[in-house]
Amino acid sequence: MFDVHEMEVNFGPQHPSTHGVLRVILKIDGERIIEAKPIIGYLHRGTEKLFEHMSYPQCIPHTDRMDYVASATNNLGFVETVEKLMGITGQIPKRAQLMRVVLSELQRMSSHLLWLATHAIDIGAMTPFFYCFREREQILDLFEEYCGARLTLNCMRIGGMPDDVTPQWIDDVERFNEKFDAAIDEYESLLTNNRIWKRRTVGIGVISPEEAIDWGITGPPLRGSGVEWDLRKAMPYECYPELEFDVPIGKNGDTYDRYLVRMEEMRQSRRIIHQALPMLRATTPGDIKAKISRVIRPPEGEVYHSIESPKGELGYYIVSDGKSQMAYRCHVRPPSFVNLQALPAMAKGHLVSDLVALIGTIDIVLGEVDR
Amino acid sequence: MNPWMLYLVWPLIKFLIAFVIVQVIVAAMNWIERRVLGLIQARLGPNRVGPWGLLQIVADPIKFLLKEDIVPSSAEKIAYFLGPMLPLVPAFIVFCLIPFGPPPTFAVTHTNVGLLLILALTSTGVYGIILGGWASNNKYSLMGGLRSAAQMVSYEVPFGLSIVGVLMLCGSLDLVHIINYQAHHVWNVFPQLIAAFIFFVSMNAENNRTPFDLPEAESELVAGYHTEYSAMKFAFFMLAEYSAMLVNCCLMVSLFLGGWTLAIGGYGLTTATLKSMGFMGGLLGTVIFVVKVMTFMMIYIWFRATFPRFRFDQLMDLGWKWMIPLALINIFVTGIVVLAAPEMIINGSVVPVGETILAVAGAATVALTLFLIMKPRAHAPKVIHASRVSEA
Repeated sequence: MFDVHEMEVNFGPQHPSTHGVLRVILKIDGERIIEAKPIIGYLHRGTEKLFEHMSYPQCIPHTDRMDYVASATNNLGFVETVEKLMGITGQIPKRAQLMRVVLSELQRMSSHLLWLATHAIDIGAMTPFFYCFREREQILDLFEEYCGARLTLNCMRIGGMPDDVTPQWIDDVERFNEKFDAAIDEYESLLTNNRIWKRRTVGIGVISPEEAIDWGITGPPLRGSGVEWDLRKAMPYECYPELEFDVPIGKNGDTYDRYLVRMEEMRQSRRIIHQALPMLRATTPGDIKAKISRVIRPPEGEVYHSIESPKGELGYYIVSDGKSQMAYRCHVRPPSFVNLQALPAMAKGHLVSDLVALIGTIDIVLGEVDR
Repeated sequence: MNPWMLYLVWPLIKFLIAFVIVQVIVAAMNWIERRVLGLIQARLGPNRVGPWGLLQIVADPIKFLLKEDIVPSSAEKIAYFLGPMLPLVPAFIVFCLIPFGPPPTFAVTHTNVGLLLILALTSTGVYGIILGGWASNNKYSLMGGLRSAAQMVSYEVPFGLSIVGVLMLCGSLDLVHIINYQAHHVWNVFPQLIAAFIFFVSMNAENNRTPFDLPEAESELVAGYHTEYSAMKFAFFMLAEYSAMLVNCCLMVSLFLGGWTLAIGGYGLTTATLKSMGFMGGLLGTVIFVVKVMTFMMIYIWFRATFPRFRFDQLMDLGWKWMIPLALINIFVTGIVVLAAPEMIINGSVVPVGETILAVAGAATVALTLFLIMKPRAHAPKVIHASRVSEA
């Protein structure tokens, strides 16, 4: 009698809450999602192919542009992989290592702040957006003070760091760091115990630990499902073993738990920086580069190395033929891309309103997904 | 007075004055909202055009008028044009029925079924939204239109039911009578606390304001029903929305907060006192009214800055499973208390006992809530973490 048919809605690539250019083709029955099909590739720039035609140091600025809201960790992953390929991982001076840790933890904070801002505004809470950006601006100012850039930092080099930090910068970081916990409290007072926020996030997009591992999900979404897997602990790099921090994990694997995990991660990042700054002050200024030849020509071989980026396991796979100054092949394993795979499974059966919450909770950056 | 003057010319002049003032308030609300939001959100808000950005009120309409008016080629033309007009007309007519100050000078008309007429007129506003959403021939607009249809129909019920308690106490549909009644007894918000709460929540939902702004949820539906509307047509939707907000705040103030009076038990600025002061008294009453209305407009803005958005099914749950039963219980309790404990004569004056009981209970609840909210906390609310931190 009634002609019941599902409607097909094209969600993006121009849509306020697809965090860039994600396109999702939705089959909906009323407001309920029958099928969600993400379509990617609108920001594909062939970064991996570009790497094959550039010397290793030239590649570093291009890694900035993959996860453009967390460029320091992108740099870190790439330079560490090349260092591993050259076999100089152990030669990186302590000061450089600490600088890398501080920068990547600041970057983790800024990336999580951006995630919280957009996630909250997707769910309709307007004010956390501005509060998060207030703190994020300060982190970006710190980046600017160190390397002159705010987003695409290009702040690491193979074998060390490009410039030394000033005592002034360390003081500035400390000043920000000490105030940051109060800022997180402020966001949490707006959201964590808010009934509407809970209704919108608890039980939404549940992933069981087994499913999460099967999908290859890493980072906060994996830990939100209760799997204790953080590469900073599991496969430590730089001087993370010397620093004390906890790995927060969730219980239910829903959007709310992932929210809590990220909030706690920001506090843990603060803790790491708090420990790293005195260590940084104790090292010799100027000792920021390993003694390596100016021309980077790794020996023949291949290596896969991964670090814990704010969004998950960021891995680089580099093959060198031993003769050229350019990589024979460079593959990137971006966490957003792998995490995004779970979206159709997570969205099925939920409402359209939940889809924006889910896109937010996976925390994708399309620059990284499409490369 | 000449009947033509009395029934046609004079009301028309008053309507025009009210219309202009309301339009200015609506335009000013837009500026106030953005400034207040800025204040809450650690930013500035519009501050470029004129002193404190005040000329933004003028700049916005100019921009709306000058922008290109785009009509989608696949739109249903007639319905698409009707969409923005339909909500605007009732929103303006309603202002004829609201007494801003002591009548007859400060109200355009005075009918004894004012409340009923207002309810009838405001509920037609949704047609324009549905029509606009459907005629745009855009899936997001359609979803926005459908959402608002379901939402407005659902919340019309508790909206209407919450007024019943007030009617039972005051025994009239005449807003002027209801206001005078409150001046000589007590503000209805106390004996009808639950009704006032339901009325306030429903009026938020009726106006598509946060946390019920689903029909125009930006992050989900782009802009909801007005996605395809540009220039002045979009401005019409905006005007209608803000006018409806203003109407609802006026109703809230008239029904529950004593309108233009500032009196309890007949003492204070009652209508008679204001009238004895002549024109200035009437003006004073209007100012009191406007201040009360603006307080509620501020609460609207405050809500918008604070709350996330409900999901559609949760919104329906709240309406049907909580608001409507609560409104019915309120009617039931009010009826029983008023009937079981009728008036008593104490010291020669008539005291409605049932209403007093309700009022005391309501006032106690308000006081307790305020106490719990205002109670100074030793430190910021400690957040309880569901996640556990695994040991290193």
